[in-house]
Amino acid sequence: MSNAVAHPAYDYRTVRHFAIMAVVWGIVGMAVGVLIAAQLVWPELLASEWTHFGRLRPLHTNAVIFAFGGCTLFATSYYIVQRTCHTTLAFPNLARFTFWGWNLVIVLAAITLPLGMTTTHEYAELEWPIDILIAVVWISYAIVFFATIAKRTTSHIYVANWFLGAFILVIAILHIVNSVQYPVSFTKSYYVWSGAMDAMIQWWYGHNAVGFFLTAGFLGMMYYFVPKQAGRPVYSYRLSIVHFWALIATYMWAGAHHLHYSALPDWAQSVGMVMSIVLLAPSWGGMINGVMTLSGAWHKLRTDPILRFLVVSLSFYGMSTFEGPMMSIKTVNALSHNTDWTIGHVHSGALGWVAMVSIGSLYHLIPKVLGIAQMYSTRLINMHFWLATIGTVLYIAAMWVNGIMQGLMWRAVNPDGTLTYSFVDSLEASYPGYLVRVIGGAFFLLGMVIMLYNVYMTVNDAKQQDTIRDTSEPEPAAA
Amino acid sequence: MFNDSLPTFWSIWVAIITLTVILGCLWLVLAVKKSEKYKEETENTVGHAFDGIEEFDNPLPRWWYMKFLGTIVFGLGYLVLYPGLGNFQGILNWSSTGQWQEEMAAAEVKYGPVFAAFGEKTIEELAQDPAALEVGGRLFANNCAVCHGSGAKGAYGFPNLTDEDWLYGGSAEKIKESLNLGRMANMPAWQGILGDTGIEETAHYVVSLSGRAHDEALAAKGQVHYQTYCAACHMPTGQGMQMLGAPNLTDDVWLYKAPTLTVLESVKQTLRHGRQGVMPAQLPRLGEDKVHLLTAYVYSLSQK
Repeated sequence: MSNAVAHPAYDYRTVRHFAIMAVVWGIVGMAVGVLIAAQLVWPELLASEWTHFGRLRPLHTNAVIFAFGGCTLFATSYYIVQRTCHTTLAFPNLARFTFWGWNLVIVLAAITLPLGMTTTHEYAELEWPIDILIAVVWISYAIVFFATIAKRTTSHIYVANWFLGAFILVIAILHIVNSVQYPVSFTKSYYVWSGAMDAMIQWWYGHNAVGFFLTAGFLGMMYYFVPKQAGRPVYSYRLSIVHFWALIATYMWAGAHHLHYSALPDWAQSVGMVMSIVLLAPSWGGMINGVMTLSGAWHKLRTDPILRFLVVSLSFYGMSTFEGPMMSIKTVNALSHNTDWTIGHVHSGALGWVAMVSIGSLYHLIPKVLGIAQMYSTRLINMHFWLATIGTVLYIAAMWVNGIMQGLMWRAVNPDGTLTYSFVDSLEASYPGYLVRVIGGAFFLLGMVIMLYNVYMTVNDAKQQDTIRDTSEPEPAAA
Repeated sequence: MFNDSLPTFWSIWVAIITLTVILGCLWLVLAVKKSEKYKEETENTVGHAFDGIEEFDNPLPRWWYMKFLGTIVFGLGYLVLYPGLGNFQGILNWSSTGQWQEEMAAAEVKYGPVFAAFGEKTIEELAQDPAALEVGGRLFANNCAVCHGSGAKGAYGFPNLTDEDWLYGGSAEKIKESLNLGRMANMPAWQGILGDTGIEETAHYVVSLSGRAHDEALAAKGQVHYQTYCAACHMPTGQGMQMLGAPNLTDDVWLYKAPTLTVLESVKQTLRHGRQGVMPAQLPRLGEDKVHLLTAYVYSLSQK
């Protein structure tokens, strides 16, 4: 590239804040996850009403999805959109507001959920005043992001920004529609819908929280950090066009597969299933584009644990996006529904894909926004990689075994047609799997603690070398 | 039966937008395939660079392209065979309700005779028959254990079925009646009538009936309330009335003794707020023969 392209001074302050908080909230959310997994093995840990599974489980999901995942998405999207549009962040003060606003939401969640305040919609348990705060923060986020795109100095919009833009837009729609409630007091509200309609809206929201928050957003991250870390061009521009449009068009419809064999009308169940199956290829388009980008750079995997995080995340992404359409088939779902298989599937995506791609991206991004060459310790990144990989494999293998076992036990019948096993029988049979899950989760959590130490030491390095700037120095233009 | 068919407009709307998305995907992949500049892997890029990132102009991987077409064909085929396009039922005329009815009918054909054979014996006979009790025990585990516990020992609010104490009677006929029709207990709330003092006094009298520690003075006042308000159901002696399901208050069985409260405090809670215990009717769910067998099983539990 020619030197004529002068890089602007990128705004890194908010990116840095979000990146650090992503690691902190990751530890909090995963620690709560390990605790509730342990409660299923040792029920005496349920202890009090405030630490009961029913209250901590939504805290776990909110903390890992919206606090850890959310902070990572904010950090990386603000970073990516500036750099790939070759411009500075629009409205940097509004971006700072999104940081404080979003973290306030998280703190309020951590207070209200253990107190038992909940709307009952899964992944949307926060009560209406917090919902309004989320909407304000999210609209501010959209303004900063799209205004930055609008003032780009590149002729085209890079593919990462298509995904990030779709994610921001759709989450705004999902959140607002799924939060329409009648408040009856400051801390309690009721949804305007009821029955099958309410269930459908809940899962339209719930599945697209997966599809857009946890997939489209993180694909945007993948499209920047994989080619960047590998130092290779993206494999196929054409593939990215097809899989982007097909992915966002079909994901929207897939939520009904959570309601198979329920009071939801048959036609809606079928459409949900068909769209989930059509979704397989668009999902795999992202995996192919990521993995094939590495062709010609495979040798880097031997020395670069950050790249390893990114590649393994894509493998888990491919695996869980194959598993998902398969589980959406009614006959498979009849076995898998309500079993631990679903929890295994979710964590194959959540730990294997979302967390791994986030961790890889953060390891790439954090030294950049601190103005130094690299993380404090590559050996610790490598250790983190193995802890995360082993933890994920233990977790999902335990849940597969448990889930299929539960499904088979629940449908087993005696020669007289009565059920062979009571629910308690299947619960007792699940204990070994629950124990393995605690161990897997603890491995993953330990990796995050090592990451926090590594980040802390990296910040220390940067402070000593006095390299932390709120805006980046113009970089040498050589790519 | 519940009719979930859509108004015509919405039926057509659903069909159109569903097909638009699927056929739109088909058009998209075919159009991009057709416009490919290179048919083999290439090192040529499309010419943009973003923060140093370039993009190759590679063709769509063939196996991926075929797989995408395959899922679209599968999806369209499914919507021809099964319900999905609005009110169009699909040419197989399948419905989830129909599937359920077929499976239940098939199960009835297969397992009905097993239970019909038990239905011909008396409850007393079945209660002595180990084979019958084994099957009855499974019915209990599947249908009753969730409230009454797998050992039938009950729990807070759910009666123990293995002892001699019966709310509605422990004869075979009465157990069967409870199973067939269910029970709806109703202990009224007395807070509004008795007030805090009255509740306190009555509770002391109630616990005195079973010889528990109590305050004599309070119990004496409570006895007056008891004879006015409680004796009609629980009888002047406190021995209860099975016709109404009013529990015996003179024994040591407390259906609503909360794990965290004393008997006295639990009685106060019951007096204040009342109780509405519900046993669901099993006849509509299980049919006569299974209820008959379950009766024998439950009857056998207290016959040792």
